[in-house]
Amino acid sequence: MTTPANESHETPWSLWEVFVRSSRGLSHVHAGSLHAPDAAMALRNARDLYTRRNEGVSIWVVPADAISSSDPDSKGSFFESPQGKDYRHATYYTKSEGVKHL
Amino acid sequence: MSTPETSNPDFAIEGHGDISVGVRGAGASGDGSASATRITPGNALRPEDIALEIRKGQVKPTKDVAEYALRIGDDGLILAQRLGHWISRAPELEEDVALGNIALDQLGHARSFLTYAGAAWDKSEDDLAYFRREHEFRSAHLFEQPNGDFAVTIARQFIVSYYQFELYKRLTGSTDATIAAIAAKALKEVDYHRDHSAQWVLRLAGGTEESRRRIVQAFRLVWPYVEELFEDDELTARLAESGAGVQPSSLRADFDQLTGEILSEAGLDEELNLERIPQSLGGGRQGKHSEHLGYLLAEMQVLAREHPGASW
Repeated sequence: MTTPANESHETPWSLWEVFVRSSRGLSHVHAGSLHAPDAAMALRNARDLYTRRNEGVSIWVVPADAISSSDPDSKGSFFESPQGKDYRHATYYTKSEGVKHL
Repeated sequence: MSTPETSNPDFAIEGHGDISVGVRGAGASGDGSASATRITPGNALRPEDIALEIRKGQVKPTKDVAEYALRIGDDGLILAQRLGHWISRAPELEEDVALGNIALDQLGHARSFLTYAGAAWDKSEDDLAYFRREHEFRSAHLFEQPNGDFAVTIARQFIVSYYQFELYKRLTGSTDATIAAIAAKALKEVDYHRDHSAQWVLRLAGGTEESRRRIVQAFRLVWPYVEELFEDDELTARLAESGAGVQPSSLRADFDQLTGEILSEAGLDEELNLERIPQSLGGGRQGKHSEHLGYLLAEMQVLAREHPGASW
């Protein structure tokens, strides 16, 4: 074997996020990430890594650095502030008389 | 290859050319919550199905068809062994998986063809894979060529997949129903192998000076084994006559055109000047092999021969 292991890492492949739609009518769901030299190869690698068991009918690949994400450490202020605001949930209200099938 | 339990008609594993053993039915049972996406096993033809039909006496190849299936099966088997060597050695993890999957696709096709061929001599796929000697293999020389560097593997795969695509495309119309069914399943997989290797030929040719030098060198190394793939003989003539097989030479024009388009797009055609590369004598279909096959078989067969009848 003469694989040039060191040379191939001089310019690392960029990271891509993979989204797979499992069937028509559903939305694309994040399946994972992978490395690829370009978008065309990212799609093919995604096919090999995430859809070889009939999981999907469509794949999106997105450069990982094109995605802005929320900070996992700011969970409290970012996601938990709605807690205690029961009025945001319809269950807070009592059912009016005479309303059936609610 | 299969385990000895194949005598049990209920025996069914999913091993048809995919790294997916163990997930069978995960989607069908409604337990899709574990994965972000739905997993289904599909319902393509498996070697176990063919073995079952053989045991029931529903199918049996003619002597000619068996010899023919043996050639095609051996091509896939030997290539699968070669490609399997890349697992854990590819330039990137993603490529590791891609080559591993292609290897398993090839092994899956080989299992079907060898299972079917074996019915003519009352042999199992394992008998044929592990207990034949070098001169009894019918694979062409291209398939046994060493992996070389990544470019050599890609150049070999490029030739193989364009050849196999034309072959399987024609065999889907075979008058032998089993050959036609195996070819129909294989065709979709080989179509992807074509795309995979073509993408890499384009990238290596258009990449760095070094990657281009390597892919050019790679084609010079493997192109001598192209001619053998398209040689006709008495067997293929009889099979083409009966409609069960094809004359290899009849696949050449489409192969040349389609590979030529990619090589031209890669800007390699003039530099390679393929017509001027001398062709090897071949002889694989008659059991005359290069010095490489013996070593490959020794590694592939050692476990089965050391422990006959063992299952794993």
